[in-house]
Amino acid sequence: MSGVRVLVGTRKGAFVLTADGRRDRWDVSGPHFAGWEMYHLKGSPADPKRLYASQSSSWFGQLIQRSDDGGATWETVGNKFVYDGVPGTHLWYDGTPRPWEFKRVWHLEPSLTDPDTVYAGVEDAALFRSTDAGQTWQELPGLRGHASGPSWQPGAGGMCLHTILQDPSNPTRLFIAISAAGVFRTDDAGETWRPVNRGLRSEQIPDPTAEVGHCVHRIAMHPSRPGVLFMQKHWDVMRSDDAGDTWREVSGNLPTDFGFPIDVHAHEPETIYVVPIKSDSEHFVADGKLRVYRSRTGGDEWEALTKGLPQRDCYVNVLRDAMAVDSLDSCGVYFGTSGGQVYASADAGDSWAPIVRDLPAVLSVEVQTLP
Amino acid sequence: MIRVVLPAHLRTLAQLNGEVELHVEGQATQRAVLDALEACYPMLRGTMRDHVTQQRRAFVRFFACEQDLSHEPPDTPLPEAVATGAEPFLVVGAMAGG
Repeated sequence: MSGVRVLVGTRKGAFVLTADGRRDRWDVSGPHFAGWEMYHLKGSPADPKRLYASQSSSWFGQLIQRSDDGGATWETVGNKFVYDGVPGTHLWYDGTPRPWEFKRVWHLEPSLTDPDTVYAGVEDAALFRSTDAGQTWQELPGLRGHASGPSWQPGAGGMCLHTILQDPSNPTRLFIAISAAGVFRTDDAGETWRPVNRGLRSEQIPDPTAEVGHCVHRIAMHPSRPGVLFMQKHWDVMRSDDAGDTWREVSGNLPTDFGFPIDVHAHEPETIYVVPIKSDSEHFVADGKLRVYRSRTGGDEWEALTKGLPQRDCYVNVLRDAMAVDSLDSCGVYFGTSGGQVYASADAGDSWAPIVRDLPAVLSVEVQTLP
Repeated sequence: MIRVVLPAHLRTLAQLNGEVELHVEGQATQRAVLDALEACYPMLRGTMRDHVTQQRRAFVRFFACEQDLSHEPPDTPLPEAVATGAEPFLVVGAMAGG
């Protein structure tokens, strides 16, 4: 029988949650790498036993772990992330130039086709790639070398490259997103990049419609329609039907359009999910109610999903990498909270139940659908 | 023989129990000890000092003989008691985090 493996990164270790296809009884293993910040773990689409994990601490820096057996054992691989050439400068919070300095890996995105190839999105914002299963890393310098690079500025969480999307129909096309620069696209496998932020409007920057400078929190696509992108921005939920060339707002009737994650149903490309957060100064759900919002129309019209989720006295956040979907017949949806809960829905969001309630603050959730 | 004591997280990372005993060629200095340590346990590279600049990470400290050697130049000879193995060289995660 098919099953799922949920990879959970937290402030103090990683956890692996497994269940069969019914998704009602869960085995919890962990903490792996206890005491370390686990920003992200993700499995290879080409080999589900191959996992990559980003492990870091303020004391001992960045490590990368790799598993070749689905998380049963791990091997420490390369952690040398060196910017290509002379790093140059970006802008600091106060508007002064500041040299690029590697801090951590926010996101690992394994190749769709090669288990040994994996991309890393890092802070300060840059894109690295390994083609030897994480042993060595090389920057794709065309991104950071874009003419706008010296004007990029960090968001409150740091200047991070947090989202990497691969176009399954075109191996030379990638999308990445940076807080707070925006979305960039390459059509030549990472040699050159261009910002694709037309239509975004951010009142928090001097020119609200600038080409770069937007605090994009997350972008998502359905693999069957890689030209359609969905975005949760600092404020505003957006969509693009032309691979990012233009965007339009689809926040519709959301109670607040601030938030972090956004994801797409595995079988319905127009069904999307967000978790509205009260505001950028109050990083918790509105009205004490944990509500996932689902749109079956690709945005604009949203419904609150509340069954099984706390509807009073709840003040958690859900971070940008902390939502994922499985691809079983009835699409499963998963998310983790700053309060340490991981919730699962085996019916596309109609109802929810916690898998675990008391983990450390959840940083990331990824799901593997297993044969 | 030089004795090195690592903090718990680095012992776990290197799959070590207790002290590390290292043979260091030539004069025992902070740099020579860390070079020898990283050669034996490559997974520790980058965790105590930067890969490129070789500068000590801000929250890592080096103690020995009840002295803080963290700010000593890396090629300064370590105390004789460390060089002879009478006292350990301590790699310490700085107290931080509240």
